[in-house]
Amino acid sequence: MASIPEDKPVGASAIEQRRAADHESFLSHKRLRWLKIATVFCLVAILIYAFTPFEPRANGGTWYGYTLGTIGALLIVWLSLLGIRKRRMTEGHWSLKAWTSAHVYLGLALIVIATLHTGFQFGWNVHTLAYALMMLVIVSGIYGITVYAMLPQRLSDNRKDMTTEMMVEALGALDRQLASAAQPLDRADADMVLAALDQDPFGFGLWTRLSGNYRRCATQKALDHFSGGYAEDSVDGRIRSLLSRRRAQLAQMRRHMKLKAMLEVWLFVHIPVTIALLAALTVHIVSVFFYW
Amino acid sequence: MPHRFRVAIVGSGPAGLSAAARAAQLGMSHVLLEKTDHLSDTIYKYQKGKYVMATPSNLVLRSDFDFDAGIREDILGTWDRQVEECKVNVRLNADVTKITGTKGNFTIELKGGDTIEAEAVVLGIGTQGNPNLLRAPGGERKHVQYQLDDPGEYYDEHITVIGSGDAGIENALGLAKDAKQNNIVTILNRSADFARAKKGNVDALIEAEQEGRVIVRRETSPAEVKDGELVLETPNGQETIRCDRIIARMGSKPPRDFVEACGIQFTSEDRDAFPQLSPSFETTQPGIHVIGALAGYPLIKHCMNQGYDVIEFLNGNSQLKPADQPILEERFAALPGNRPVEEWLELFNTNIVILRDLSPLQMRELMLDSTVHSYRKGEVIFERNAEGSSMFAIGQGSVAVEINPADPSITVPIGTGSIFGEVGLISGRKRGSTIRAAEDTICVEFSRNAALKLIATNPAAGRAVNRIFIERQLLQMFGSGLAPADIAELVDTAEVMQVRAGQKVVEEGGEDKDIFVIRRGSMIVEKDLGGKPVFLSYLPAGSYFGEMAVIDGSKRTATVKAAIKSEVIKLPGDAFLKVMEANPRLRERALADMRARRKTNQFIESRKESFSSAVDLYTATAQFLINEGIGDATDVLLIDEKLCVGCDNCEKACADSHDGLSRLNREAGTTYAHLHVPTSCRHCEHPHCMADCPPNAIKRGVDGEVFIDETCIGCGNCQRNCPYGVIRMDAKPPKKPGILSWIFFGRGPGPGEPSYYWRKKKMEEAEAATGKKPGKFAIKCDMCQGIAGGPACVRACPTGAAIRVSPERFLSVTRFAEETD
Repeated sequence: MASIPEDKPVGASAIEQRRAADHESFLSHKRLRWLKIATVFCLVAILIYAFTPFEPRANGGTWYGYTLGTIGALLIVWLSLLGIRKRRMTEGHWSLKAWTSAHVYLGLALIVIATLHTGFQFGWNVHTLAYALMMLVIVSGIYGITVYAMLPQRLSDNRKDMTTEMMVEALGALDRQLASAAQPLDRADADMVLAALDQDPFGFGLWTRLSGNYRRCATQKALDHFSGGYAEDSVDGRIRSLLSRRRAQLAQMRRHMKLKAMLEVWLFVHIPVTIALLAALTVHIVSVFFYW
Repeated sequence: MPHRFRVAIVGSGPAGLSAAARAAQLGMSHVLLEKTDHLSDTIYKYQKGKYVMATPSNLVLRSDFDFDAGIREDILGTWDRQVEECKVNVRLNADVTKITGTKGNFTIELKGGDTIEAEAVVLGIGTQGNPNLLRAPGGERKHVQYQLDDPGEYYDEHITVIGSGDAGIENALGLAKDAKQNNIVTILNRSADFARAKKGNVDALIEAEQEGRVIVRRETSPAEVKDGELVLETPNGQETIRCDRIIARMGSKPPRDFVEACGIQFTSEDRDAFPQLSPSFETTQPGIHVIGALAGYPLIKHCMNQGYDVIEFLNGNSQLKPADQPILEERFAALPGNRPVEEWLELFNTNIVILRDLSPLQMRELMLDSTVHSYRKGEVIFERNAEGSSMFAIGQGSVAVEINPADPSITVPIGTGSIFGEVGLISGRKRGSTIRAAEDTICVEFSRNAALKLIATNPAAGRAVNRIFIERQLLQMFGSGLAPADIAELVDTAEVMQVRAGQKVVEEGGEDKDIFVIRRGSMIVEKDLGGKPVFLSYLPAGSYFGEMAVIDGSKRTATVKAAIKSEVIKLPGDAFLKVMEANPRLRERALADMRARRKTNQFIESRKESFSSAVDLYTATAQFLINEGIGDATDVLLIDEKLCVGCDNCEKACADSHDGLSRLNREAGTTYAHLHVPTSCRHCEHPHCMADCPPNAIKRGVDGEVFIDETCIGCGNCQRNCPYGVIRMDAKPPKKPGILSWIFFGRGPGPGEPSYYWRKKKMEEAEAATGKKPGKFAIKCDMCQGIAGGPACVRACPTGAAIRVSPERFLSVTRFAEETD
């Protein structure tokens, strides 16, 4: 019963390409292209490792060890460049999503590549330190993938069309109402409200933010103080209702901060350890060649 | 009365006064008849202290009376004084009821029984006595008035002014002028721009709107008048506002009955038509002349010049040229053949279809706003993708349109009398094809505003343009196998319908047999399944629907309703069938479309059984997006909040790709089913921002993107007109240090839009150094025009949450099938 105009002004396919409208997550990008590449690569690496006799034994010093070591080192350098790619808005047909997808799957492939490279020889030395740091980066990355896959939906549900700024403004509006509603209160009651108003909602530590367990919350204490049984239109009743609205607003903000913190906290491991890894890797490579 | 005057002048407005003054100066026996007890009633009734403008500014005034822009009182005072000085023979309270007789011997009957005899009559009675009435239901209520004498009389009222002409704007401004009167003034404009009004008035209105003194509602018309309330028809559906008084200033019509009773014929049967006139203002009744607003000239300068001219003609001065002659001579000097102005005007008037109904005087006025060009055979008139919003008409010769950019040899001819370049008037797209002169050709180029004004004020021109629009749209839609002759009947029977947001055009189960083409806006197709409307598809402007019932004679299988305020062309089914039978290719195409459509219906029906909730969600999501204004959009940024981690890299990328300012706000906007519509430009099919851009700086690029070029003057009109709040006004911050020096040395504010404080500090430094304060200009998404790789927001999203979609592709069953499979 209807048709879409066929001749759009300029090549519709070109416009579609500009839009990059393929609605796919970074994990399933291009029908799991990078997962497939990484898996094939790992399988081949494992098979070669399993069926090649290494004399005297498998380690980083064999031809295969050097090969995997070179690949691994180059991969690590390339993977760490994601941080720059993300922040450098140059022109060109690149997509950060494709980079992330490759970063995830090739990063995971490093587990196999680097482990095979060690030939399962570990010790208390700078070489194993580099390996351990790399594994730490990968583990933090796996946490990152997990939260990226699970939390965005909850972040969106909690936000309910409000921006961060709107949440802060809503809290400010409640605070102004509370401040004026608290005028008739006596000293002790007023102090409870003032304590709630004076408390910096962002002044809690990282741990509190992540756990969502705000034990020192002055709003909660004030609510406990105005513990109920008031008429709706009494001063205390009004204070109580405003306090509970304040608590609800704080709860939304705290959930928001918690989710944002969970989405970001791993980067505080992932990135510094990557830098340490790059340093350890340099030492590892230099020392290997130095003692050749 | 024994005395017979040489001339009786009826009406003492600017035209009549000027005529009487000329007659008095020439010593011609005359009488000036005025219905009321004062001169120039129309201007007398202007609001107190009204500033009267003297446009068109390039027209020379030729009259014995003075006139210059100034307040009403001064102008009336000058004329009263000059009437005395010139010894004009005025008769007040002389209401003419009938004019009989022939040239040389007219009898003019006055109310009260007196008669006056005259050899010739000049009618300068204007049109103000005959205002257009408000035709919405309830329009007869007492609080609707058609005139405003003193805006200072009204206090504490909610007043709605209807009409976007000068009178309406001036009334609205007058009512809102003194804040102490405490009036809430709203002005309604049926269209998006104020094409009918003088620029000075429009500027003043926009200024008042900015200051919050007047509420301007565009694309809005009255639907029903109630006591204390007014129901409005807005682009987004009906809305009721408080309204204690309505001032309707929707123009006026010639008092046709009276004029026709004098034996004068009009140019056409149109309600808006004017009397048929010779170049010396003589009507079809010899001896009776018509000048001023009744002749189609509402502007004071025109009226006064005509008053002077008509008496000169009567006095036997046949050599008199109109006052604008030198300007037109200069304008036409570039044309070949050295022909006089009158010949060119005559040629354009007869040859160009949209100008046929214009009187010679209207022609002259239009030409003052237009340019004429002469092209040699093969010369390019404009290139494909060139900027340009003007419309061309072919006065002589013909042009060839290169329809295939890859092969310039394939052309379609456009002949003498037709127009081209009309697309720019509507959606601001760049020129779609290169057009060359097919032979030596003469064209008239109308500026966008002049063309819009012509279409708005001259119904015949409007119809002619409309017909061409419809013809071209049908030809474009149904493919190249058709020629204009094939669809002539279809075009003749076509009818343009305005559709409200949400209004149903086709109802499921209906038996009507018409085909519709969406000319403006967009539609959604719904089917009733198990008592619930299920969304089937989205139809953008340029699609057609309704052919199924026509082809196989079935009942309507689905409901089609407007997503936003739209315009559809209704084509009778029979006429369409005839065209289809005669054109196998069109038939094939229509049948293929119909099959695809059937498949969609069947698919949704089959899904409804097994995936009822998925279908419901699809319908609800589609409805949400339509409510968010997607119906306007051609390309919109969506964020899948199941993937968005809130890193704001899209905003940072946007800022870093565009002078350091972000054009999108990711967090703002609404969300449904985790699909988020952020505050970002959706590149409307009919951009609201484009409506009122003084320098015409908002344009549409080759990829369909709406962008603002460097001629922006920072007036902020677009920001106010955008219903989606996606335009910001800001000054371009200075360049920041590069990304690597930020990473390694911590220099500069880092990626993304620098903080307000950083920008402020740097701007102050720059200002101190150069002494220049950077201006704030309008900033909006340009879809990363000219940046290889395309929109930065999408490229920079690490998780794939940000996507750019066109609504017709996003709201399609194909995508739904992919996502539920």
